[in-house]
Amino acid sequence: MSILHTVNKSPFERNALDSCLKFATDGSAVLLFEDGVYAALKGTAVEPHVSDALGRLKVYVLGPDLQARGFSAERIIEGISVVDYAGFVDLAAENGKVQAWL
Amino acid sequence: MSDTIEVEGKEYGVDEEGYLANLNDWVPGVATVMAAQDNIELTDEHWDIINFLREYYEEYQIAPAVRVLTKAVGKKLGKDKGNSKYLYSLFPYGPAKQACRFAGLPKPTGCV
Amino acid sequence: MSEVVKKFMYLNRKAPYGTIYAWEALEVVLIGAAFDQDVSVMFLDDGVYQLTKGQDTKAIGMKNFSPTFRTLGDYEVKKIYVDRASLEARGLTQEDLVEIAWEDFETEEEIENIVEVIDSARVGELMNESDAIFSF
Repeated sequence: MSILHTVNKSPFERNALDSCLKFATDGSAVLLFEDGVYAALKGTAVEPHVSDALGRLKVYVLGPDLQARGFSAERIIEGISVVDYAGFVDLAAENGKVQAWL
Repeated sequence: MSDTIEVEGKEYGVDEEGYLANLNDWVPGVATVMAAQDNIELTDEHWDIINFLREYYEEYQIAPAVRVLTKAVGKKLGKDKGNSKYLYSLFPYGPAKQACRFAGLPKPTGCV
Repeated sequence: MSEVVKKFMYLNRKAPYGTIYAWEALEVVLIGAAFDQDVSVMFLDDGVYQLTKGQDTKAIGMKNFSPTFRTLGDYEVKKIYVDRASLEARGLTQEDLVEIAWEDFETEEEIENIVEVIDSARVGELMNESDAIFSF
């Protein structure tokens, strides 16, 4: 069964994103939320790492958390999809299992 | 202090120090009732300060400490009002604390 | 108020909203401002995210304390520093940050923006020069 991986910590503060990208198998879904949304932004030191992963993983970012932190959808890396809370729930339901990288 | 106050037939929740529990519940009657409990009848001068505080909170999301309030009132309403003697004459229990309570704001940051 | 003025630095290294640190730090700065010390506020690492423009927390149901930074000038905090390397690593520039004005009510002297972006070496020097560092 497929897994939805969630990352809610900033990639600059913790290695949660690193670990997630290392262990998530091809075709898995990754949702960035809370402070994890900073990994979705263009022009950061972690962008190359996230862009590489887009080739084999589906990456999503939670819109309300992005908005709360002052960033619009134009600032995110191409290939990452913005979802709302309902979209988050759909992802969790579709994937059956959720792994939270804390 | 009771945990609710009655204003125009409606009950409003307050905390243990008498501050309104929910900022968005505020209606002018809240200020009138709270002032009456403190034996104050609100005048236009009181309302100037109460409205000023609500605008300040709306813009900056905090209730100002008393010295910040004094300076900011001086700038907005004139130097004759931006001094603690004037503000204490209106709000004897402390311009920031008492006026913020009437205005439905939380206790000012930096007040103990 | 007190005879000896000390240099207090508040060092912020956490992003807003994900944890409570950023808001707590800001409250401590505002409360501490009553003690008339020489206060500086430093933003490093993820702390730089606290100052981004255009924050809107309606949809996450949390208090948006971004506008509160603009009162730091009223509280007589005159020195706000941001580490340039931390901004660059996050793809940000000073353009992305809020502006904080400062005004002396007596003399009406005004500074349009007290937020200063500085090099890492300068961050280290300022830390060394402080009498006390409060870390969040």
